[in-house]
Amino acid sequence: MVLKAFFPTCCASADSGLLVGRWVPEQGFAVVLAVVHFPFIPLQVRELLARVQRASQVGLAVLGTWCHRRREPEESLGRFLEGLGALFTHKPWLQLSREPDSRRWNCKVSSPGAPCGEDQVMLIFYDQRQVLLAQLHPPATLPDRRAGDATATAAEGGLAAVFHTVARSEALFQSDRFDEGPVRLTHWQSEGVEASILVELAKWASGPVCLLLSSLLSLLSWLSTWRLCRLCPLAFLCSKLCTCQQLRLRLQHLQLVFSTQKAEDPAQLMRKANTLVSVLLDVALGLALLSWLHREDRIGQLADALVPVADRVAEELQQLLEWLMGAPAGLKMNRALDQVLGRFFLYHIHLWISYIHLMSPFVERILWHVGLSACLGLTVALSLLSDILALLTFHIYCFYVYGARLYCLKVCGLSSLWRLFRGKKWNVLRQRVDSCSYDLDQLFIGTLLFTILLFLLPTTALYYLVFTLLRLLVVAVQGLIHLLVDLVNSLPLYSLGLRLCRPYRLAAGVKFRVLERESDGPLRLLMQINPLPYSHVVHNFRLPSCGCHPRQSWSSLCRKLFFGELIYPWRQRGDKQD
Amino acid sequence: MEDEQSFSDISGGRLSLQRRYYTQSCREFCLNCPRLSLRSLTAVTCTVWLVAYGLFALCENSMILSSAIFITLIGLLGYLHFVKIDQETLLIIDSLGIQMTSSYASGKESTTFIEMGKVKDIVINEAIYMSAKPRLDCLIEVYRSCQEVLANQKATSTRS
Repeated sequence: MVLKAFFPTCCASADSGLLVGRWVPEQGFAVVLAVVHFPFIPLQVRELLARVQRASQVGLAVLGTWCHRRREPEESLGRFLEGLGALFTHKPWLQLSREPDSRRWNCKVSSPGAPCGEDQVMLIFYDQRQVLLAQLHPPATLPDRRAGDATATAAEGGLAAVFHTVARSEALFQSDRFDEGPVRLTHWQSEGVEASILVELAKWASGPVCLLLSSLLSLLSWLSTWRLCRLCPLAFLCSKLCTCQQLRLRLQHLQLVFSTQKAEDPAQLMRKANTLVSVLLDVALGLALLSWLHREDRIGQLADALVPVADRVAEELQQLLEWLMGAPAGLKMNRALDQVLGRFFLYHIHLWISYIHLMSPFVERILWHVGLSACLGLTVALSLLSDILALLTFHIYCFYVYGARLYCLKVCGLSSLWRLFRGKKWNVLRQRVDSCSYDLDQLFIGTLLFTILLFLLPTTALYYLVFTLLRLLVVAVQGLIHLLVDLVNSLPLYSLGLRLCRPYRLAAGVKFRVLERESDGPLRLLMQINPLPYSHVVHNFRLPSCGCHPRQSWSSLCRKLFFGELIYPWRQRGDKQD
Repeated sequence: MEDEQSFSDISGGRLSLQRRYYTQSCREFCLNCPRLSLRSLTAVTCTVWLVAYGLFALCENSMILSSAIFITLIGLLGYLHFVKIDQETLLIIDSLGIQMTSSYASGKESTTFIEMGKVKDIVINEAIYMSAKPRLDCLIEVYRSCQEVLANQKATSTRS
């Protein structure tokens, strides 16, 4: 098998020394992690490798020698390096060398049994920093740190082993060239360990802040459960209002972000980061909305416009009912039933208008306080808007329920009387239609009632149709608002930003590029990180939303509309399904 | 060593296949697609603008003209970035894997790398898989070379 030597690009200009890394025999990978420079004491090198192996559970060894002749070729160096092969026994033994001012690389492998030839080695360059920080998606099944031994890690597939080796060997990269240690190494951090004061300060401050906030949040959640359990009608109301759902969701999110437990795996860390960014964006947008509302007295204008709009809607509904009570679209209605239904609904509208006029002095105050709630977030403001819309169109909802119930009763009556008309009946015990012999007077009354219901059907159906359409319109508007809220809740902005600015962190795989080849040198490839496409980022890291979607398919919706069953579009996941 | 041959795709355009042989275990096949022709670009732009001018003559609204320009620009950018393939490359490295790269006219490159452990065999699927749509003779060339490399790899792995 061809031996593949993974060489870090940062070591390409390093001085001569020993190659230190991991050998994966199943794939033929020799992953070079660092170069140890002269002078060194072999015992100290072995101690360092053993220490790093204990910390990282990855089997490290001295893989070979690296020769970078800066000045005139030194013959003694060559012989010295060959002598080292006898000191650190490793099979196979890799000998890499590079000419000083040219691109000529030389690669020799000596392994027992197989002949050493130039064609048997492939040199693959990789950027150590990027490979260290990258996360492979989908990740290969990595053994966790607790199960520990070096042989278990060798069972992974392919290139994931390279990523795993580099990521686990952080202990090797802790010392830079300014340290006074016994062994001098070259790796990606040898010019100076990467750190940031702000990050360290944030880490130090996050401990007490998280503790304080998580205790506050747990107090808040305990309070909310206590109050809600005690007052029954309030609990019912809260389960119906979108605002309460949204507030509960945000409370859960904040509890997740400020929890004192450290994230166990990268997925949880991304989730926390995404949630935090989503909350911050929400609050920022809410504050922008708040400042826009309070400028130029927009709340006053809104309150002044609200009552006339509600009046206008009620007037339009009245006109619609007058139209239905006449001859709508040229259809001839049953006069008596028409008048009854029309007057019934007109009385409701009259009640509604009086209620609105009663509330009108308080509207501005209420709107002002509702506008303040936007500082909790744009999603809360939008949910409040949806709830206000639902409250203002409550009469349409009532009319829809009346119309639907009436229509449903009519359809049930018609279907059972139709069965009587044909001489059959519904057998409840056996859940099927059976034939039945009726008496003459039963047949007579049944047929009479059937005829009455049949000829009254158009009137009821028309009222039902009109009010269902109005209700569906209101539901559609509420649906749009919910979609927007869902978008803000569940979009993983931190992951998208990471994909934009640091694409190597989210890796879908790798890609290779063939570097120019000298006539008899080894094959040289450059391995780069292939970033995850944006659609996969959104799909993988989506935050779970509160699930306020219609849970039924179109066909069941049509069936319910036809038979007059009530549709509840905003059933939550926790409630029982229809 | 390099080798160039010219083929044609299913719609009659000229394709050129370049074969690069790096070592016995590493080969690269590059398929160059015909470039965007000025004639078709001019034709499409003229059609869109004539239609827009016709609508403007009907409606007297200058927004139609500016939106037509906008649509043409966005459409052209979208076509170059998402649809028009410039070059497709297949790099096969013995015992590492197979890499397929498509590079679009706007410079975007999309790469897929499949590790050798996951490759059982290479077959000729329908031509619509490769976005450059080469004809069968071109596909046969690539197929034969890939099978050589795979056979070589199997031989070395059973030997070692």
